Amino acid sequence: MKTNDVIFQTVAKVVFFMIIFFAIHLFFAGHYYPGGGFVGGLLTAGAIVLLLLAFDIKTVQHGFPLDFKWLIGIGLLFSAGTATGSLIFNVPFFTHAYNYFHLPLFGKTSLHTAMLFDLGVYFVVIGVTMTIIQTIGESE
Amino acid sequence: MSLLHWAILAPFIMAVFVPFLRKKAATIHTGWFVLILPVVLFGIFLQYLPVTMNNSSIIQTASWIPSLGINFTAYVDGLSLLFVLLITGIGALVVLYSIYYLSKTKESLHHFYVYLLMFMGAMLGVVLSDNVVTLYMFWEFTSISSFLLIAYWYNRDRSRYGAMKSMLITVFGGLMMLGGFLVLSIMGDTFSIRELAAQAPELNNHPLFLLAMILVLLGAFTKSAQFPFYIWLPDAMEAPTPVSAYLHSATMVKAGIYLVARFSPIFAFSGYWFWIVGAVGLFTMLWASFNAVKQTDLKGILAFSTVSQLGLIMSLLGVGAASLHFESLDDNIFTTAVIAAVFHLINHATFKGSLFMVVGIIDHETGTRDIRRLGGLMSLMPVTFTLSIIGAFSMAGLPPFNGFLSKEMFFLSMIQLMELNLFNVETWAVLFPVMAWIGSVFTFIYSMIIVFKVFTGKFQPEKLEKKPHEAPVGLLVSPSILAVLVAVFGLFPNLLSYSLIQPAAAAIVPSIIPPGEHLDVHISFWHGFSPELWMTIGVITVGILLYKFMPKWTGIYDYFPGKVTLNQFYNSGLYAAERGSNAITNAYMTGFIRSYLVYIFAFFIAALGFAIWAKDAFRYDASAAAPIGLYEVSLIFVLLAATITILLAKSRLTSIIALGAVGYTVSLFFVIFRAPDLALTQLVIETVSTALFLLCFYHLPKLSRHEEKRRFQAGNAIIAAGVGIIVTLIGISAHSSKLFASINEYYIENTYKKAGGENMVNVILVDFRGFDTLFEIAVLSVAALGIYGLIKLRLEKGGETNENE
Repeated sequence: MKTNDVIFQTVAKVVFFMIIFFAIHLFFAGHYYPGGGFVGGLLTAGAIVLLLLAFDIKTVQHGFPLDFKWLIGIGLLFSAGTATGSLIFNVPFFTHAYNYFHLPLFGKTSLHTAMLFDLGVYFVVIGVTMTIIQTIGESE
Repeated sequence: MSLLHWAILAPFIMAVFVPFLRKKAATIHTGWFVLILPVVLFGIFLQYLPVTMNNSSIIQTASWIPSLGINFTAYVDGLSLLFVLLITGIGALVVLYSIYYLSKTKESLHHFYVYLLMFMGAMLGVVLSDNVVTLYMFWEFTSISSFLLIAYWYNRDRSRYGAMKSMLITVFGGLMMLGGFLVLSIMGDTFSIRELAAQAPELNNHPLFLLAMILVLLGAFTKSAQFPFYIWLPDAMEAPTPVSAYLHSATMVKAGIYLVARFSPIFAFSGYWFWIVGAVGLFTMLWASFNAVKQTDLKGILAFSTVSQLGLIMSLLGVGAASLHFESLDDNIFTTAVIAAVFHLINHATFKGSLFMVVGIIDHETGTRDIRRLGGLMSLMPVTFTLSIIGAFSMAGLPPFNGFLSKEMFFLSMIQLMELNLFNVETWAVLFPVMAWIGSVFTFIYSMIIVFKVFTGKFQPEKLEKKPHEAPVGLLVSPSILAVLVAVFGLFPNLLSYSLIQPAAAAIVPSIIPPGEHLDVHISFWHGFSPELWMTIGVITVGILLYKFMPKWTGIYDYFPGKVTLNQFYNSGLYAAERGSNAITNAYMTGFIRSYLVYIFAFFIAALGFAIWAKDAFRYDASAAAPIGLYEVSLIFVLLAATITILLAKSRLTSIIALGAVGYTVSLFFVIFRAPDLALTQLVIETVSTALFLLCFYHLPKLSRHEEKRRFQAGNAIIAAGVGIIVTLIGISAHSSKLFASINEYYIENTYKKAGGENMVNVILVDFRGFDTLFEIAVLSVAALGIYGLIKLRLEKGGETNENE
């Protein structure tokens, strides 16, 4: 049966970007306001799932030509790397560092190694969610 | 992080780049790049020699988890430096050898060198760590890299079998050792070996002392292939020969020796130490040399010979423990044993390394290692023949090679035991030199077998796969260097005396050496017709006789029952364990998720219910409760309605949507109770999991879910009700009881000050409890890959599996 879902597909395309931007906002806001890598990652995955529902797996894979399993590895590398990196600076494992900088456009900004760690979490969550959903979805 | 730390980590870092080198510079053998590292490291560590020669040491600490007392402490003294030089020196020679041994085109070199570098780094870590936790970590790394290297040709059954065997046995030992370390750290309240050694006299009287000693020794004995754990080493010979030469003769199997030596200052005051280490070592030496003679595979002979030689060194360390009982250095004859152990350790690395390489050459050029098919190669491979003579004669303890000197010292130490009036040795003392002597006779015989069965006798070209000829120069360089060392150390042993042997021996028995003084290490060739010389002469005469008349007496091996060997025990034990666990698993794995939920929830109710009852944990105190308003009540009604809908809905779709409604309502609760992070996460999770449910149920047959009338199941109803009640009780009690001050205050105070963030939840996730998050995402990743594997595997079932080709 062929269903007509033009409206759904068109809306999904627009909403997708809104969700993604919100997710990125959540990710960066994390350290000061509600949000963080976990929610951000889940929301990003949710946005992609929306596309999956509106279109089909093949189309979405065409749009995101990346293997989500790699994303898991990259994410773990970021997180574990951030934790291990502190050893190089002769401080205990998992010591974070941060400072405040004045950047053009942004004004006073906090740069924190926790962000790198959270970026790893973000990637892993997207990778895990999408790997699971894609594998189950593909196995028809 | 100092230079020392980077030197330990350098092999690991290098290993990351090896696959790229293999890809980008495919025309050059990857080994040439790898070779640079051990050579450079060898050079770096040589500079520490002047330090250790004064019996002083260097210590560098990088903090790792200081709050638990776990630090990455690198410690260089005579003992660790000796091992480091062995690891990097032999490592360089082995890498050079492997360049010619492993084909650039046919082998997956990047795997090989990644594993080899991993091993090298791990081994450096083992011998340079002062912290037992780091030592343990590197120790297990060596087991894992050894596993990977033995299984390098993983499509062979024997390789996989050998790899698994070595892994099971050494990791078992490693875990026991970890237990020993933990017991020690509880006794001494520190993870540092130096600090533990400083408290040795107090530790000796501790009730847990013997337990700690036995656990640590289990680690050492499994790694160093002592009786009865030696069975993994002969099977590990399936590894490529450079690996056997490096891991399974020169370095990794000596990690156990290192451990015994390193912990001697802590344990050696005890008589148990003397007896266990000495007797196990000596028996291993005898038993393995006896068994080596009946082997037909050249590498098999070398494997048993390695076991036997390790036993020899082990027994010397055990006997050397007696030296700690004599205060003054002058009349202390038992330091000879310690010196002999160190000296033989060096010698064994040189002659056994070269012999393994020689056997690799024979294998490479003739296509077989079976002594029944080899023979008469002397004229075809003259250089290899010369090298094997040097190696084997040194192993047999013949002059003028280094093996002769250390073998003499070994005999001397065993004879001196008869003068010992400690540990009740009087009655048994005579057994030590006798066992040592018999073991040496067999050592002599198998050394002769290696040389003469292969190189003399009848040449049988029809039994060989290849036409034999002399090996290329590249293959001969490394064994030649080692053979030259065998001769040089034999002729000028005092090159080593005060540079390597004295500092290492002093590190094993530090307490008997007054500050500023040295152990007296003078090794000489000729010391008159002493008893040990007569023993050597006896070994040679009897050995030659027995070798000549071998067919007459090898029948004794048939008297040993074939069914009750240790290998048989291992195999049937493994089989029984597999069968047993299979049976247990099959008994409860019904394949219905319903049953699993029953197990999980039944246990949940039983465990928590029991805890609440036994600890009398139920509390009810509503004084701190917030008022219940209109919002809460209405949300509860929505929750109830949605839950009942799930149960009664006719179609699955409705159930899933109702489940989503439950989740969204819960997130509304979070909003009311001002937990925006939780609300946000709950909302997104609910959305994603609803999509996931839809996907999963898409695959199920489109039956109406209540079509088949299932009868009411009382058990399930009880469990369902039980879970509800228990969770409610816990919720109420948790709210009503305050056993200790909440950690809230700490977070409120430190979130901004220490972690530089304002969102407490997020700061907890990424900083305060970052470990949790790190492991959580690791678990998530494993789960995702697991699901991927399970589903893909099911899909490809019945198709071609290329695993076992």
